[in-house]
Formats: sequence, structure tokens, C-alpha cells
Amino acid sequence: MTASPPLSLRAEALVCRRGGRTVFTDVSLAVAPGAALLVTGPNGAGKSSLLKLLAGTLRPEAGVIERPERIAYLGHDNALKPVLTVAENLLFWAGLGAPSRREALARAEAAAAAVGIAPLWDVPARLLSSGQKRRTALARVLASNAALWLLDEPTVGLDAASVERLGPVFARHRAGGGMIVATSHTPLPLGDADVLELGGRA
Amino acid sequence: MSGGVFTLVGRELALVWAERGGGAIALIFFVIVGSLFPFAVGPEPQVLLRIAPGIIWVSALLACLLSLERLFQPDAEDGTLEQLVVSGQSLESVAVAKMIAHWLTTALPLVILTPIMAAMLNAPVEVWGTLLLGLLLGTPALSAIGSVAAALTVGVRRGGVLISLLVLPLAVPTLIFGVGVSDPLAGASALKWLAATTLLALAVSPFAAAAGLRAAME
Repeated sequence: MTASPPLSLRAEALVCRRGGRTVFTDVSLAVAPGAALLVTGPNGAGKSSLLKLLAGTLRPEAGVIERPERIAYLGHDNALKPVLTVAENLLFWAGLGAPSRREALARAEAAAAAVGIAPLWDVPARLLSSGQKRRTALARVLASNAALWLLDEPTVGLDAASVERLGPVFARHRAGGGMIVATSHTPLPLGDADVLELGGRA
Repeated sequence: MSGGVFTLVGRELALVWAERGGGAIALIFFVIVGSLFPFAVGPEPQVLLRIAPGIIWVSALLACLLSLERLFQPDAEDGTLEQLVVSGQSLESVAVAKMIAHWLTTALPLVILTPIMAAMLNAPVEVWGTLLLGLLLGTPALSAIGSVAAALTVGVRRGGVLISLLVLPLAVPTLIFGVGVSDPLAGASALKWLAATTLLALAVSPFAAAAGLRAAME
């Protein structure tokens, strides 16, 4: 019998090496339910690598990560299939985590409405603007129902109104005990987020 | 976990359907390659009759290679592979889903078209049955071997050529036993060897392909 997965995110003494190069050493962080963490630092400081370590798509060279069971990750790539519509793209990802098809549809519709892409529901992803693609990818995160959101530059390509719209979305997720770890070069409507500064190295 | 594989296969089929054309290219290629042989070796019925199963097998093998380059590449490039890992899918089940989808969308249509090819090449009707049986049993191995090569070449520029170089030597046993099934004397034992070769390929390839994908994600 294994212990139940932790409800919060904790990482200790992480070391990240990619392609033989040390990206960062000795990074520790903790995010409690309802909290948010903003990762900052210059280009190349390892913000995206840190998020990939937390998401589990990269393995740390050293260190421990405890994470909740269900995670949603927004990377640089939106993972949208151009030939599929917004609905088909969202429903696939929602369907992987949802107990039933109806539940997946409900989650996807609610998520699309929250980020303002509901009017584009039946539009193939190849016809979307880059901001609309980003919002569809954000809707995928919302529809995942995951406790932990890892958002790598979530506002790339978004207009001011869309960024503002994320404020209540983030607040609602945290009010429900959700956690957010985000990187951004532009201000994010995250409220009272903790800040983790990664040191840059050339 | 098997529920996840079915969902993934369903998505692959939906994508192939939405993109159209992709599957038809392999079919047309299959017919064209097969019809090159009568031009090259001459149209004597006696010659064609003897080599028809071999021609069909070589054509099917080459046609199967066509779609392999796009098997994992788009998913690796657009972040889908990462998302699948984050959402708890194992790379092994991703690989299995891709193999099944490749077989359903590329190999199975070739098998269905085989009677037409066989008629075109003057293959005796008596061998049609064994030919189809051999193809049905052997092509899953081609999809399996192909998916390993596709996974290993994710992120390699001009990986398509490399895929061919990797797959063709590994497909030789399948080719030998597959054609052998149509041999009136040694058919039965070739069938067993073909089944064994396919089983081995199916058992090993999900893990090999997953290892290749894992390396590509670093």
C-alpha cells in the first residue's frame, strides 16, 4: 500500500542539467493549496526547465519533488492539432482526465467560456490567431481539473483584456484549493503570489 | 490504462480522417510500385505468377514506410507528447496506440487492396488466401518495427531516410517468412515462423519506442 499522493507541491535542492550544461542548482520551493508562485529570472535562468521538472517531463539531476497526482502544464507549445476544431482539441484532453464523456464536455465548455473562446468552439485550430490559440491551450489547463497548474509564459500573445480575464480564473482556482506555478516576463493577475527568483548565468 | 490506449487510437484515427489524403498516398504508392515490376521484368504470365507474392510483399513494405516519418514527429514538435506524459499516459501506451493506428490506417488498407494487386499480377487464385493470411499476420510487425524507428528518429532532420535504413534490414525476416507462407510446400512452417517474428516485434517494440521517445524529450 503506497501513501496517498501529497496535496501540495514541494521541491528540495533541485539540480537541473540539460545537454551537459548545468542550468541551475539548489532550487527549493513549496506551494501550499490555494497558493501561487511566480518564477522570475532572466532568459536562460531555467524557468521553463524548472516547470518541466515539476511537470515530470524532465528528470532532475538531483533533488526531491513531491507533487499532487493531477497536474496541468502549459508549455511554450500549445499542443493543438490544426485540423481539429477548438472543441475536438479540448474534448480529447478533458476526456483523458474526466470520468465520463458528459463530464468532459461540461468541463471543456466551462473552460472555453472562462477564457472567452466559446464563440470559436467549432473553428479549426489552424484558423485561430496566436492569442486565440494560447487561450485554447489555457482552456485545456482549466478543463483538466488538476490541482496544480504549471504555466510557462501563459500570457504570450494575449491582449490586455484577455490577460485581465485570467485574474478571476486564477482566483477561482486558488479559492478551490488549487495551486499555480507560473513564469512570466509580463505582469500576471496572480494577486499575492510568492516570487522565486532564479539567478541567471551566461 | 487500456482505456487510455483506446482514447489515443481514437484520436489518431480522427486526425487521419481530418487530414484525409494521408492514407490514400500509401495505397497509391503500393499500386504504382507493384505495377512497376511487370514493366521491369516483362509481362510473361509464367514469370509474374511465380514472383507475384514477392512483389506484393516488397510493395507493401515500402508503402508502410511512407507514413512513418509523421508518426511521432508532429506530436513531439507541437507539445502533444509532453502533454500526454503530464496527463499520466505512459510513453509505452502512446507507442502502442501509434502502432495500432498505423496498422489500421496504412497496413490494413494495403491488405484489403491486395486481391486487386494479385489479380493485376496474375497471381493464381489459390495463393490469394495464403497471401492475405501472410500479410495480415506480418504487417503488424512492420508497424511495430516502424514505430521504433520513428521514435528513435524524432527530432532528427530528414529522419524519413534514416527510418528506411533502420526498418528495411529489421523487416527482412518478416519479408522472408511472409512470402514463404504462399509457398505450397513450406507454407505451414513459414506461417509459424512469421507468427513468431510478429509476436517478438510486438512484445519488444513498445518498450524500445518509449525509450526512444524518452530520449527525444530530454
